[in-house]
Amino acid sequence: MKARVAIRLRPDVLDPQGKAIGQALGTLGFSGVDSVRQGKLIELDVEASDAATAKDKVKAMCERLLANPVIEDYEIEIEG
Amino acid sequence: MRAAIVVFPGSNRERDMALACRRAFGKEPELVWHRDTSLPDVDFVALPGGFSYGDYLRPGAIAARAPIMRAVIDHASRGAPVLGVCNGFQIMIEAGMLPGALLRNATLNFVCRNTTLICASSNSAFTYGMEVDKTKLTVPVAHHDGGYFVTPDMLQVLEAEDRVAFRYAPGENPNGSTADIAGVMNGGRNVVGLMPHPENATDPLAGGTDGLELFQSLLEAA
Repeated sequence: MKARVAIRLRPDVLDPQGKAIGQALGTLGFSGVDSVRQGKLIELDVEASDAATAKDKVKAMCERLLANPVIEDYEIEIEG
Repeated sequence: MRAAIVVFPGSNRERDMALACRRAFGKEPELVWHRDTSLPDVDFVALPGGFSYGDYLRPGAIAARAPIMRAVIDHASRGAPVLGVCNGFQIMIEAGMLPGALLRNATLNFVCRNTTLICASSNSAFTYGMEVDKTKLTVPVAHHDGGYFVTPDMLQVLEAEDRVAFRYAPGENPNGSTADIAGVMNGGRNVVGLMPHPENATDPLAGGTDGLELFQSLLEAA
């Protein structure tokens, strides 16, 4: 089963990379971009009988390795 | 003082750490590979700087789950001294040995220069011989992800429990660290992690020997 994990910096954590991207967008003439936050996307193919089991599995992976709960939030999406 | 240095794929300061140990303790430290599951019979364990696993996922994240880390955590839980420098500090944080997180430097630049560290607590295995606010050490930093982040609640705990080991001198914070924090310790005061490299300030030829004080403190505390 395909799983997709979106990992984002928590709102209270400063994101200098996002800020730099926002500045570069401004340089290119894209106006009206209020804020940019950068995160990461991890795609996994997991063996599971159903979506709920797959989600539980991926949640455990997030808690133990994929995300750092001190600074990051994560969101899991199971496909199909 | 018998010492062991853990080497991960991508560690690159283990020889500098070994040199510092040799100078301070007069004994050859043992190098331990990350796949090992036990430590040799030593007093002190160091996690050196570098770029373990190429900083994949998050700096220190993969190394923190290496087989040897179980033994390092056990060693620390027995109250034995463990020092993490730079990537070693990142690994300790990822392993849950120290609180907080280390973020990309606020300036986004890789910083590589000398900084002045001010001792913020003399109550740890590595700052034992130092004087709070008076001991100032010139020690280099070399990192891209060294912005120390803690939640305001955790910061209060760290301050209340006197667990900030070092701060950057006013105006010298190289990475946007919360409250100018350069190094912190655990509740047991035997585990210290810091971004600057004391092991790289142990030879007059390399510009100074201030970093030796951490290693000497360890001897005095023992």
